[in-house]
Order: sequence, then C-alpha cells, then structure tokens
Amino acid sequence: MGILEVKNVNKRFGGLQALGNVNLDIAENSVHAIIGPNGAGKSTLLNVLIGKLIPDTGSVMFQGQSVLGRKPYEINQMGISRVFQTPEIFGDLTVLENMMIPIFAKRDGVFRMHAFENSANEREIVDQAEAMLESLGMADARHDHSASMSRGDKRRLEIGMCLAQEPKLLLLDEPTAGMARADTNNTIDLLKQIKAERDITIAIIEHDMHVVFSLAERITVLAQGTPLVEDTPENIKGHPKVREAYLGESA
Amino acid sequence: MFGLNKKDGTLFLIVIAMTLLAPFIFNPFPTDSAMAQFNAGYPDLLQRFVIFGIFAIGFNILFGLTGYLSFGHAAFLGVGSYAAVWIFKLFTYNVVPAIIFAVIVAAIFSVLIGFISLRRSGIYFSILTLAFAQMSFALAYSVLSNPRFNLTNGETGLQVYDADPQMFHHEGLPGMPHLFGLPMRATHEMTLGGWAFNFNVGYYFSGLFMLLAFYLAIRIFRSPFGMMLRAIKSNNTRMTYTGLNAKPYTLAAFVVSGMYAGLAGGLLAAMDPLAGAERMFWTASGEVVLMTILGGAGTLIGPVLGAGLIKYMENIVSKINDNVLHQWFSFMPDGLEDVMVTLIHPFVGKGWNLTLGMIFVLVVIFLPGGLVEGGQRIARLFRGKKAREAEKSTQSNPAE
Repeated sequence: MGILEVKNVNKRFGGLQALGNVNLDIAENSVHAIIGPNGAGKSTLLNVLIGKLIPDTGSVMFQGQSVLGRKPYEINQMGISRVFQTPEIFGDLTVLENMMIPIFAKRDGVFRMHAFENSANEREIVDQAEAMLESLGMADARHDHSASMSRGDKRRLEIGMCLAQEPKLLLLDEPTAGMARADTNNTIDLLKQIKAERDITIAIIEHDMHVVFSLAERITVLAQGTPLVEDTPENIKGHPKVREAYLGESA
Repeated sequence: MFGLNKKDGTLFLIVIAMTLLAPFIFNPFPTDSAMAQFNAGYPDLLQRFVIFGIFAIGFNILFGLTGYLSFGHAAFLGVGSYAAVWIFKLFTYNVVPAIIFAVIVAAIFSVLIGFISLRRSGIYFSILTLAFAQMSFALAYSVLSNPRFNLTNGETGLQVYDADPQMFHHEGLPGMPHLFGLPMRATHEMTLGGWAFNFNVGYYFSGLFMLLAFYLAIRIFRSPFGMMLRAIKSNNTRMTYTGLNAKPYTLAAFVVSGMYAGLAGGLLAAMDPLAGAERMFWTASGEVVLMTILGGAGTLIGPVLGAGLIKYMENIVSKINDNVLHQWFSFMPDGLEDVMVTLIHPFVGKGWNLTLGMIFVLVVIFLPGGLVEGGQRIARLFRGKKAREAEKSTQSNPAE
C-alpha cells in the first residue's frame, strides 16, 4: 500500500474527459515521475491531488485518509507540499523571512498574532530558518529581497521552504521548466541530496526526460487522461506504447 | 528603546517631538503678517491632523500590509462617532467611556463586515466594503432615524440635547466633552513677540492616542503577525500551500484597522460632540485611501504625512480667495495681476481639490512610494553627494 493512492478518478470539463479512470499508487519513500505529452492530464491530476479540483468520481487517499473536499491548506497540513512550475515564493520578503514562514506554519498552521514580539527576536524560528538556508547554500543572501534572485535560486528557495515543513510527500510540477542547463542540473542534484538525506516521497511531473531518467524510480505514463503504463525507467525507455504516445508511431 | 530597533525608535522619538511641539511647528508666521493664513497651528486643525493620522495609520495596517484595499473604512469612523455621542447623551460627557465604547462598537462592526467581505479579494473585496459603507450611510442617514426609533437623528446629525438623561452628569462638570473635568476645548494661548501659540487639551489628548496608535502600528509591522500579513500580500498561493489559512490573519488586520477608525471617530466626537451621516459617505472612505497612498502605503510614517497634507490643504488652501490673490499680486501691473489671479483662481479656494488631485497624480506617477519615497530620494541625494565628496578626498590623497 502506497503513501498516496488514487483510485478510479474521473474528471470531465464539459465535453472533454480530462482524466479517465486514473489509478495510481505511489510507494512510500520512492521517487515517482508522471510523464506524458501535452494535454495528457498531468496538471489536472496534480490539481486533484492538492485539493484544487474535486474529481467527478473516485478517491484520493493520503496515508489512508481521503484528501477530497479538503482545503489546500488542510491538505498541506496532512504532509503534502507542492513546488510550482513557476517558483511561488514571497517576492516582497527577504530570503530569511521567506524561510521563517513555513517554519512558523510547521507548528500546525494555527493563527497566532504575536503582534508584540519582534519577528527578528523569535530566536528559535530564526535559528531554524538560518540553518535551513545554510544547508541550501543561501545563507549569504538571507537579507536580500527574494524577488531579485535568479530563477534557479528561487526554485532552490521554494524547495527549501517546502522541506522546512518536513512534508511526507513532495509534489513537483515541472520543477526545471524554463531553466538553464546548469540550473536544471543543480536542481537534480538538490533533489537527489534531499532524497538521500530524508524519509520523503517525491512525486514529479516533468517534460524533460533528462530530469525524469536521472531521478525517477517508477514512471507512470499518462496519455489522454489515462495511465498507459507504469514501470521502472529502464522498461519505460523502450516501451512501444510510450513511443506511440510520444511520437505518434504505430506499434 | 520601547522594544524597538534603533531606526524605529528614532522615528518614534521624532514623531513624539513633532506631536508635542506641533503648536510651534505649524505656527511659523507672526499673527499679523500676510503669511499668517498659512499657519496651521490652531486647535481645530491640529486635532484633525492627529485624528485623521490615527485613521490613516489604521487603514495602512490593512492596506499597506495585506494589500486588501477597503473602500468603506469611513463606516467604522462614523460608527465610532455615533457610539461616542450616545455615551455623551445617555451617561456622561467624560470622553474616556465614550472612546472605549466607540472602539468596541467599531470592532463589532468590522468583524461583521470583514467576515463577509473577506470571502473575496481584489476588486471584489473593495466593492463589497464600499457597498457595506454605503449601506451604513443609508441606514444612518434615513432608515435609523424615524420618529419611533431614532438612533442617528438623520440629516441633522446626532447631538446632545438638554433633555438627554446624561445619568452621571452633575453640577460642576463642564457642559461639553471633558476628561475628568478638564474640558477638551480648554486652550492656553501663549503670546511670544508677534507670535501666538495655542495649547489645546483636546489636541494633546488626541495626540497621545496618535502616539499610542503609532507605537502599536510599529510593533505590528515588525511582529511575526505583520510578517504573515506581508506574506499574504506578496503571494497568497504560497501561503495556502504552506498550510496557512490567510483568513484569520486578514480578518484580524481588518478588525484592528476598523478599531483604529472607531478610535478616530470617537475622538472626533470628543472634540465636537456631534456625529453626522456624511462621515460615512464614500468620499470619506476615499479620502483615507488618498491619505495612505499619498504618504506612502506600507510605510510607517507615510499615512500620517498624507493625512496632514490633505487636512492642511482642505483647511488652508481652501481659504485662499480672489481677494487674497489680488493682494499677493498687487505689485504687478493691473492687467498682469488680473491674468495671474485668473490663472491661479481654479486651484485655490473651492478648487483646492483640483490642486490635491494634481499632487496625487504627480505623486503616484513619479513617487509610487508616496511622500516617504520622496524623502528617501532627497536623503539619498545628500548622502550620495557626501559619499562622492568623501571618495574624492580619499582619491586625491595619494596624489599629494
């Protein structure tokens, strides 16, 4: 039984069947990639997983609990963190403040005012945030505005912010889209390092096969809203159905 | 100092000094001089500076930190005024209970309005708050002032009459708002050479509240709560996917700023025991938006500067009429004098709004950070000059 189980999920937008009978089982502590051509339903599936969309039928269970009908912030509190296609960080805040917020939230995400404390004096939280930045190699930039960073650094910070919450499942939506080769390789190395250091499950949606084959342990190929095959990277590479879906060759 | 960092502490000390010395600072011209009409150091206007300063500081906690643009904040100001006048009518002219009640009533109102309005963000939020403010205005202006149930006294405005119970009022207390017997209107005039300075109880009372409000705002800005609010403004998506529900934070900011508005409303009533529905009209809500943006939204001191500038223009520039203009340009030949007066006429007197509008347009285009950004640029210019000179002197040294 996997950490995340998707069963018989259907989602229809008007006349378009975006997801048809999707079954997916992501094993705990694995790196699972979901690939597929444009319009295969990857993003719809992701939006179902994080509570942004509610499927017409089917169930999505995370560690035995249903995520359907929960608000995105509640799903996050269950232990699912998401990295976006375009890095979503707090651009108006400093790098350190960016890192402090998930650490605040980790304590259960409950509303607290703390209106009379100075945020810089919240020693414990600042210390944790600085340690996290240190491990990302961003400690020198802590007082910079995060909006002024390069795309690769923003991505690094975003992943770091997700990790600061110690999630059980990290969802990445095309984490290297629009990145230079060097930044892409840095991101791959960062994810490998994360995987080696922590008990974490990573689900990754990606176009870039270089990224997919460097990271994934299992790959699910999605085409026209339905999973075609699920297998190890070695087997996927030569799979006739996959070549058909991607290249339009008849098998 | 006061639990603030050095920069904030200095700013707070400057604001304290400015508030205490305002009767001097705003009266730079001798009473008999032609420039005396630019003096703003009379009690009525000074009170307005600080009271609308409080209003704008509060508004800035919502708008400056969370980015939610409320277009109905005057409703809370009006509600605060009505609440205070009711205390005057029923119980006592003492301003302390009146102000406490004003803040409480405004808080209840802002919880209700905020809870509903904050279901939406962006322009929809603004429109919802505007709608609520206009409903409040309509309620105050007509609905709640019928003969059977007269809560607001409609067009005339709520005021204290001799027939009112005033349960705790007794002989010996002044028949006007007072602080334990000290009337708000009491003014000590000090004549120094050609100058006259007015020290007014009401002004210092309101000024004290303004300092408290300002201090509280600094603490909120620097707190983890303030950081969360800035995070909501910066990226609500990331906030949600960090497991944080933004609603309690925005609602808390909304209520705090509503309470600031209620405090300002209560103080307005304490200076002059009268509350009218026009205080809730949408132009009044728009005015506080102008004040905040003009001064610099999201900055600490900006809203106070903006409030000061707008109230100064409303009271001083609006008093310049054609006679005054003719006096100014009387040194010119007749024809030219008339031309100058005709040219300037639309911008002063009743046309002060036109001047304000032009200033607003210029500030928004050239100084998006408001007057505060203007100040920073000037400071940088001076510092830049100094730095360049220092650089020059170090460079010339080796050559010697």
